[in-house]
Amino acid sequence: MADDHHGPTVRIYLAVFASLMFLTALTVWVAFQDLGMFNDVVALGIACTKATIVILFFMHVKYASRLTWLLAGAGILFLLILFAFAMADYVSRGWLGMPMSQYLQ
Amino acid sequence: MAITEQDVQASEDAPSVNYLNNGYGLKSWLLTKDHKRIAVLYIISISIFFALGGLFASLVRFELMTPEGDLMSSDTYNKVFSMHGIIMVFFFLVPSIPATIGNFLVPIMVGAKDLAFPRVNLLSWYVYVVAGILGTIAVVGGGVDTGWTFYTPYSSTYSNSNVILAAMAAFMAGFSSILTGLNFVVTIHTMRAPGMTWFRLPLFVWSHYATSLIMLLGTPVIAITLVLLMLERGFGFGFFDPNLGGDPVLFQHLFWFYSHPAVYIMILPSMGVMSEMVASVARKRVFGYEFVAFSSVAIAILGFLVWGHHMFVSSQSTYAGMVFSIITFLVAVPSAIKTFNWTATLYKGSIVYDTAMFYVYGYLGLFLVGGLTGLFLSSMGLDIHLHDTYFVVAHFHYIMVGGQVMGYLGGMHFWWPKITGKMFPDIWGRVSALLVFLGFNLTFFPQFILGYMGMPRRYHVYPDEFQVLNVASSMGASILALGYLVPGAYLTWSIFKGPKAPDNPWGAKGLEWETTSPPPTFNFEETPVVTEEAYQYGPIEEH
Repeated sequence: MADDHHGPTVRIYLAVFASLMFLTALTVWVAFQDLGMFNDVVALGIACTKATIVILFFMHVKYASRLTWLLAGAGILFLLILFAFAMADYVSRGWLGMPMSQYLQ
Repeated sequence: MAITEQDVQASEDAPSVNYLNNGYGLKSWLLTKDHKRIAVLYIISISIFFALGGLFASLVRFELMTPEGDLMSSDTYNKVFSMHGIIMVFFFLVPSIPATIGNFLVPIMVGAKDLAFPRVNLLSWYVYVVAGILGTIAVVGGGVDTGWTFYTPYSSTYSNSNVILAAMAAFMAGFSSILTGLNFVVTIHTMRAPGMTWFRLPLFVWSHYATSLIMLLGTPVIAITLVLLMLERGFGFGFFDPNLGGDPVLFQHLFWFYSHPAVYIMILPSMGVMSEMVASVARKRVFGYEFVAFSSVAIAILGFLVWGHHMFVSSQSTYAGMVFSIITFLVAVPSAIKTFNWTATLYKGSIVYDTAMFYVYGYLGLFLVGGLTGLFLSSMGLDIHLHDTYFVVAHFHYIMVGGQVMGYLGGMHFWWPKITGKMFPDIWGRVSALLVFLGFNLTFFPQFILGYMGMPRRYHVYPDEFQVLNVASSMGASILALGYLVPGAYLTWSIFKGPKAPDNPWGAKGLEWETTSPPPTFNFEETPVVTEEAYQYGPIEEH
């Protein structure tokens, strides 16, 4: 368990807190802007950035062993599996070339 | 394996202070950080929920004795089978082996003094208890009628029962299992005794490691899904409402992403129990140890890729269904590896026909039927006919009750002398295993036929021609209930009146059999050093 004792400093915590507050404010501001097809992309981008900061600093993953990185990475991999397989369903629903009402029959 | 005078003498010479008598009073139990005491607390708690879930099952079987709905109304019946499912899945099956036998044995089997986070372990029990109380309030306060699957839009929009409370209870029970899984992963990685390499670990530990990975990776998804459901129901968010841009089938995707792997949370620990018992009763190393170990991990991983087979008749795309179907067939391979390897272990083994052996036989038979009928359901065409019929009910009971509960009961018998320090009457153990096996088959085999003939699940009024099989099923349920009550009676009796157990009554291999019965608070007088592989059974000793 290398570097267990090297956690984030108070200064880093404050910086992380400030960045999370800024990103939250940005989320609210963006919600009132019409970015067209990028509405969801920008909102999810900000959310992912915040989650990454929390995982790396507040959850100490940045300072943890490679085993912890592996387990955290496994969590992300399985999340991607959830998204990929669920989206595979949504993307391919129309491939039979029938309207949904017929498809369901 | 006969118990010799030397065994009894050795047991009497053992240190008199053990985990059971090193503190008395409620506080010493409720604030304990000892994994063994927490395991006992879990055994008591899950037994209460098993009895409660069993009570609801009995009501279902009573109602189905006649084709008319004459015992209860449709609404009440909906609530009764829902509460049976919710209680059995979230409050008995998921925590049953990991939180009880696993909690007790994993640290001892790896040669550790306790789990890595003893306070977190106690916290998991408290979270479980609070979840159980919430669930009980949901029952007493009018029940919930959505089925254990909480499918939208019924649960989010139409149901007039305690959906939010029941979902909150399941949500909290999930956190309890996350904490248990976390503790196991860290303990197995960091607290193994000197010489205990990964390939010397008992297969029970491997199966708990795989189970813990599922708990850690899957349970957060069901937690957030239930939160989404609560937000939808409470505040009308619209995640699952097409009128607001949502999709009810999205709930099924999210729900089954956890709930299918949850089946493996239930069955993998049971498979671990079987591996230990098979080796012990055959006096042989488990055939193909490495394959059995890796098959646990393979089941855990593949189990995450098959959830869409629950949704073949929903609006899920046919193409996605084909992928899920193929992977579902693949997951049968590691399950079959285990079954074949246990059978191969028995081949030319010096088999001891004790209680454990009876449970091993029972498990093999029931799991085989449960597993093979799963292949029927993973075929997309056949599933259209069988979906939501009693065939499905019979299939998953063969896995989750026939497999899992058989493993739980077998394991409780196998390690009972270690947990309590007392022996139970072996003849009664064998009788109870037979009762469970016979009662189980009589209960659930007719349901395969009923389902194939077209009887849907979750209905309490049915055509007259289904009555004979339903009555047979209800009669079997009575025998099955007896099979569960009898061990409850003689195991309780053994605590007070049973003969003292020697340290290793079965002559089995493993660190748990090298410590005293019951073990001392920190499991071993000295840290054990492991010098050999698991299951190194030598020539049979003559007694």
